[in-house]
Amino acid sequence: MDLNTISEIARPTARDALPKWRVGDAYLGGGTWLFSEPQPRLKRLIDLTTLGWTPLTASADGLEIAATCTVAQLDAFAPPPAWTAAPLINQCCKAFLASFKIWNTATVGGNICMSLPAGPMISLTAALDGVALLWAQDGSARRVPVTEFVTGPLRNVLQPGEVLRSILLPISALSGRAAFRQISLANYGRSGALVIGTLAADGAFALTVTAATPRPIKLTFDTIPTTKDLQTRIDAEIPVGQWYDDIHGAPAWRRHMTLHFAQEIQEEIRDELNGTAR
Amino acid sequence: MSFTINGKNFDDTPAPGQCLRTFLRQLGHFGVKKGCDAGDCGACTVHLGGEPVHSCLVPAFRTEGHEVTTIEGLADGNDLHPMQRAFLDAQGFQCGFCTAGMIMTAASLNQAQRADLARSMKGNLCRCTGYRAIDDAIAGRYETEAAKAGEGVGHNVPAPAGHAVVTGKARFTLDVAVEGLQHIKLVRSPHAHARIRAIDKTAALAVPGVGAVLTFEDAPTAAFSTARHEVREIDVDDTKVLDNVVRFIGQRVAAIVADSEAAAEEGCRKLIVDYDILPAVFDPEHAMADGAPVIHDKGKDSRILDPKRNIVADVHGNYGDVEAGFAAADAVHESTYVVPRVQHAHLETLAAIAWLDDTGRLNVRSSTQVPFLTRQELARVFALDEAKVRVLCERVGGGFGAKQEMMVEDIAALAALKTGKPVKIEFTREEQFIAATTRHPMKVHIKIGAKRDGILTAIQMHVVSNTGAYGNHGGPVLEHACSASISVYRCPNKKVDGYAVYTNTVPAGAFRGYGLPQTSFAVEQAIDEVARAIGIDGLEFRRRNVVKPGEPMIGAHVSPDDVIYGSYGLDQCLDLVDEAMRRPATHDTLSADWLTGQGAALTMIDTVPPGGHYSDTHIWLEADGGYGMTVGTAEFGNGTSTVHVQVAATVLQTTPPRVRFTQSDTDHNGHDTGAYGSTGTVIAGRATQAAAEALRDTLLTFAAAHSGTARERCTLTEDAVLCAGKTFALSELHKAAQAAGIDLATHGKADGSPRSVAFNVQGFEVAVNRISGEIKILKSVQAADAGFVINPMQCRAQVEGGVAQALGAALFEEVMIDDHGRVANPSFRNYHIPAFADVPRTEVLFAKTSDRLGPFGAKSMSESPYNPVAAALGNAIRDATGVRYTRLPFKPDRIQAQLPRLG
Repeated sequence: MDLNTISEIARPTARDALPKWRVGDAYLGGGTWLFSEPQPRLKRLIDLTTLGWTPLTASADGLEIAATCTVAQLDAFAPPPAWTAAPLINQCCKAFLASFKIWNTATVGGNICMSLPAGPMISLTAALDGVALLWAQDGSARRVPVTEFVTGPLRNVLQPGEVLRSILLPISALSGRAAFRQISLANYGRSGALVIGTLAADGAFALTVTAATPRPIKLTFDTIPTTKDLQTRIDAEIPVGQWYDDIHGAPAWRRHMTLHFAQEIQEEIRDELNGTAR
Repeated sequence: MSFTINGKNFDDTPAPGQCLRTFLRQLGHFGVKKGCDAGDCGACTVHLGGEPVHSCLVPAFRTEGHEVTTIEGLADGNDLHPMQRAFLDAQGFQCGFCTAGMIMTAASLNQAQRADLARSMKGNLCRCTGYRAIDDAIAGRYETEAAKAGEGVGHNVPAPAGHAVVTGKARFTLDVAVEGLQHIKLVRSPHAHARIRAIDKTAALAVPGVGAVLTFEDAPTAAFSTARHEVREIDVDDTKVLDNVVRFIGQRVAAIVADSEAAAEEGCRKLIVDYDILPAVFDPEHAMADGAPVIHDKGKDSRILDPKRNIVADVHGNYGDVEAGFAAADAVHESTYVVPRVQHAHLETLAAIAWLDDTGRLNVRSSTQVPFLTRQELARVFALDEAKVRVLCERVGGGFGAKQEMMVEDIAALAALKTGKPVKIEFTREEQFIAATTRHPMKVHIKIGAKRDGILTAIQMHVVSNTGAYGNHGGPVLEHACSASISVYRCPNKKVDGYAVYTNTVPAGAFRGYGLPQTSFAVEQAIDEVARAIGIDGLEFRRRNVVKPGEPMIGAHVSPDDVIYGSYGLDQCLDLVDEAMRRPATHDTLSADWLTGQGAALTMIDTVPPGGHYSDTHIWLEADGGYGMTVGTAEFGNGTSTVHVQVAATVLQTTPPRVRFTQSDTDHNGHDTGAYGSTGTVIAGRATQAAAEALRDTLLTFAAAHSGTARERCTLTEDAVLCAGKTFALSELHKAAQAAGIDLATHGKADGSPRSVAFNVQGFEVAVNRISGEIKILKSVQAADAGFVINPMQCRAQVEGGVAQALGAALFEEVMIDDHGRVANPSFRNYHIPAFADVPRTEVLFAKTSDRLGPFGAKSMSESPYNPVAAALGNAIRDATGVRYTRLPFKPDRIQAQLPRLG
């Protein structure tokens, strides 16, 4: 929709050309959220897409995803065969409520900065040990794990004017194993629970719970836990009352589905390991 | 900045925060539609650099140096793009408002995406079709046929507007460029109940571009109802154009008129309103209790039944002795069923353009189902002569009852009259949710008893309907809800008590089914429970108890004398569904986690609303030998335009394309009650039939005299009259008539009485996941008694669309009201309507009957397919799970919560 209070668009082409942040500013990625709701407090949009960031950079360290990488670009990425956890990329893209047309403009960084519980790029990058690189207004930078970046629904650690530059998915996570489960109240609807299990080369197991909770919750274990241990841990770290509650799923159902998925994931990874062992 | 649209270079600069959608429309590309303006519906889809995008989300400045293709540029000159051709052939549209975006998306799909339409089309919402016709179009399947002369009815004739719809040329309400157009934005109440002490306009008026600020002090004082009915007195006069009391969050407080939407929005933010906040009540049962805040402190002339208790209207009926009936029963079911608020979600939001013409006459171009009744009420409210008001619509982008209301025309008229300038008002999607109308939420307490032999002994129903802050349709919907839902059953003892009650929430109004879906949800599930208790199959139980021709129809009242069994196909419908449900469903193998079951439900509906329903058709011979016609009724996707052309072509022995027509304009004279109550075919079609028959007779008489032949030796053909073997072209006859000063024009009318009854029976087979509560529909069957079916494909599409819309209400849809009375989910993102993936294919079966009253034996079939769906689904879920779910919607989280714990 038209954002009629916007009087200026800044289109910087280099970091040092980023304008000084002032009240009424917003960074513009794809614009698919900004333009979907009235924004009466905004006066200026600062376009990040003119900075010319390379969308995806694969290296020995892992995969660096620029904040301005579109969902379509990420979905089309062809990972090296050794990246055994890479199927999560497509699975998480498909978990978007939005259609493929939105993927053509929506950005990975935009989804993370929205910090909605059901943001599938949060699920993906949180599960794969993603680390966000943030650029401050004073020219400094800092790195924050995605699990700590999002602090609640529509809340994150970004300071005024701070830019999410990229997310690095480390090679250790990409070369592990992963299992994915997701459910929503409607077919291909907004996620009510999105749970990812990962197994590292050293046998460490992690369960990343998103959509069902106000922010991503990552539970780590030294080895694959038993179903009982897993459930005890979920109940201990996400007690009743701390499951997300909105129109996209009742808290009790989100908990129920998360527990169910956790068990399925644990079994899937265990079976896969056993299969490989044989 | 420069860019190209449809191959043409443009050099224009958008406003900094402007989106591509409005920029394209500003440059004259009206095929780009607004359904939501938030990226959820896809109606604004265009290609940007060859990629499909939602143009409402794309910053217009990013178009610089790019190529944009809109629906207007998809065809290669006069050659339609294959996808446009496919949508035309398959009639992959009804109202056509979503069609441009649908085609632009479909045209961009690769092979893999085409193989997974459920996913690849999820970003395009259609509220009319139920997606089957769209699926057919993309797959290249079609059944349309060109009718032979005189054989229009009974064939799959395509809609006359089809070509215009698929090319984006069909004009909806706002698809016109108006010089000097002013924009209206409304300031809305943040309080559920408040009295306005004062409004300070100074700052708002100081905003550059703002021309007027209109408040209750500027508005007429006449009270009216936004509901429009032939007999206006059946609704309560409780509404003002602008009031000094606000009764729900979202009610209009003031209108800002400015030369741009941006200025009008800024004016809204600058208006200072001083409210005296009053106590509010949100629950209808609390609102009826002693001590509740009085929402409308009005006198008898308002026709509100009991203002002190917030009761708009009530219904009571008592036949036989229900207590004795229950005492005699072997099985009794008693429970309370809850049906929440749902929104129509027509894709074209409410909108109007109003202006004063050179003679000072008020013109209103609106998205309405009722142009004639709106003119009457505008004239009354603004104390104008009816001749000084014109209301018209062209194509209407969906209605479902929502446009049987005067929701925007009054404020547009006020602004035009006050400023003397052309003005526009267009609801946002959010405004549709917070400040238009919804279906009436109802709480239905039902008790039904039967004897062991499967014969009903008593039916008792207590209904509380929440009409919201205004009483529009409150009484008539309650009446309708308490009629055919139980009058379809023969039962000696019946008792009904119903109340329509004010609360400080968004008003309810007319909605497809008009109350019957709500009460049928209770009645049809209760019937199922009683049948189960006795051990008789649900369909067989119904066979034993439904009314048959000749028997009285008794609901809250005995049906009026003018409701007759014009034809009766309920028995056939029950048998058709019974047989279809016995055939095995085809579906993927299900794991042990899926519980399966079947269920069915029936509904009956009067084919015409009570109290008279009028329609006029004018028809004439044109100079080229074709026919011209005006019909009063509006086209909003119901397909009645096709029916009118078919009817006229059949009577006049010609082909449908030779009948040209315009419609829904009060300047066409006569009177049309409106396109509501499923009357577009049975009433307006009857008027067209009468007009065409009169013209046929006039033509033959004239041709006989002209040729000097006996009239009985003259016959009408496609483009001529044969007089004793000699051919007289119609164009020739027209010329001769002109020369003789004879007008070859006639008129037909219909008055809507007597009325008939139509029937629908829905069957479902479902699987319910015992872990997640998810529901899969394995089979969906609907049998309909539509009398003689004038256009089988189109009538089937009405049924498919009705089932889909009802499935939305059954599975997902609920307008949530928070503790403060505010609508909590006013967007498609948070109010999910069925998308491609959500709607199963429904097998549609027609009873073979022919009605004594409707044109060519046709009956109504546009609201009613909606009515039995939720109950049938509830019955199937009960069969699968053993749990009776008494509250809609059946969302997985609610289903799962009540499922028995896994052992």
